[in-house]
Amino acid sequence: MKRLLILGAGTSGTMMANHLVSKLPKNDWKITIVDQYKTHYYQPGFLFLPFDIYTTKQVKKNGKKFIPKKVEYIQKKIELIQPEANKVELEGGEILNYDILIVATGTKIAPAETEGMDGPMWHKNIFDFYTYEGAKALRNKLREWKGGKLVVHITEMPIKCPVAPLEFAFLADSYFKNKGMRDKVDITYVTPLGGAFTKPKATETLHYLLEEKNIKEVTDFSIERVDYENNKIIDYADTEVEYDLLVTVPTNMGDELIEKSGMGDDLNFIPTNKATLQTNDYENIFAIGDATNLPASKAGSVAHFEAEILTENILRYINGEPLKEEFDGHANCFIETGNGKALLIDFNYTHEPVEGSFPFPHVGPLSLLKESRTNHMGKMAFRWIYWNMLIKGIHIPFVSATMSEKGKHFETIEK
Amino acid sequence: MIKTFCKTQVEVNVSEDGYLEDMSQWNKEIAHEIADEIGIELTDKHFEVINYLREKAAAKEALTIRKVGKSGIVTIKELYQLFPKGPLKFSSKIAGIPKPTSCI
Repeated sequence: MKRLLILGAGTSGTMMANHLVSKLPKNDWKITIVDQYKTHYYQPGFLFLPFDIYTTKQVKKNGKKFIPKKVEYIQKKIELIQPEANKVELEGGEILNYDILIVATGTKIAPAETEGMDGPMWHKNIFDFYTYEGAKALRNKLREWKGGKLVVHITEMPIKCPVAPLEFAFLADSYFKNKGMRDKVDITYVTPLGGAFTKPKATETLHYLLEEKNIKEVTDFSIERVDYENNKIIDYADTEVEYDLLVTVPTNMGDELIEKSGMGDDLNFIPTNKATLQTNDYENIFAIGDATNLPASKAGSVAHFEAEILTENILRYINGEPLKEEFDGHANCFIETGNGKALLIDFNYTHEPVEGSFPFPHVGPLSLLKESRTNHMGKMAFRWIYWNMLIKGIHIPFVSATMSEKGKHFETIEK
Repeated sequence: MIKTFCKTQVEVNVSEDGYLEDMSQWNKEIAHEIADEIGIELTDKHFEVINYLREKAAAKEALTIRKVGKSGIVTIKELYQLFPKGPLKFSSKIAGIPKPTSCI
């Protein structure tokens, strides 16, 4: 009996277990998945938790429920991958041998990378919203906050869901308006990039949103340290931004397991072939989702598209066929813009987000790169899709793994 | 787009925002001219960074400020002092390598 081992039961790992259970020959292959945590979080919900739009119950479920019964599920900490020996060591010294390994260990925030960030003021007036704990602590803070300078900040790229901090700023604008205290809050968006959006064309098209919502912008800000005693962030060029409430996205890094196993780059992400998802160094090890170093967004939609292609490549690998070089970096993200509206963007490695309709050319019902209520409904409906279809590996109708160019206005925002 | 450097009178292909499209067309004189345009006077330390960047770019390794900070050549703080306001953008431009793409 051969073993296919999946490390990590988050979005990517759970999807792969569900995809592969019905596809691998049962008599020859056993699938095992390992994760140390019991809870599966709906991570896109962390954006809504601080604003009391979602409850804590809506963003977490018991992870085991989503793992197929025929897959062996081990809830233990992973100590080490020994890629040369095809072995993985778990806590307590248990050894798992594998024939094929899929690494889906994701990314984590690393506030300790920035001086002063996770010091005495962490979760007091400096918050993250990329963890359940951070988002919940921030919710409690916002409920009683009397106003002042709110700074929404990105430490360095790459980060999971690159548009989330901007959505946070937009939602904060709505939240304080609804509370009747927008005039008491000064919102500043601070980014290491040259513009608010990560893609230059979207930045040009959507800049009006920041002006409309009176959100100030500080760009090209590369943070050196947080001066938590004087409530300011300072960058390497000695620019200072003062805050009363700092909502930051700390440095994102791959799991320390990757570093310990000597398999990562300087941020612990695994060098991976961007079209096939095979790791660069080991032919029987594949990586998916946030754990890779792919130049694509670290987002659930990307993992979803990757999973469809990786499933096929695993089968090809088993049959000794050449791998399909098909993954194109496809990402599809809703961007909440506040007041019950949202944008939708669809892009890949080579194409920037453009205007048009989705998923049906010229019909929609969703519109690309334009604010609409339908898009917001789409984002809200997505939570149901996530728990009931996406992580169970059920294909979402009409949405293909590679990006479609139909019904999109590639020429309209070319310079 | 073709750009002619006045002092050296060489013609090179550059991108819309002035980055060399072919890093093999680069030489030290061109580096000095680009640096002049930006307003940076190049020292030996600048060239240590530039050579490091060119080496990594030739090996097709993605460059980040963090990576340069760990190179052992300069700290991130020193990189900012050498190339104020654009530690990676300006240093890449002067080094004749493509514009860094950290945005995804």
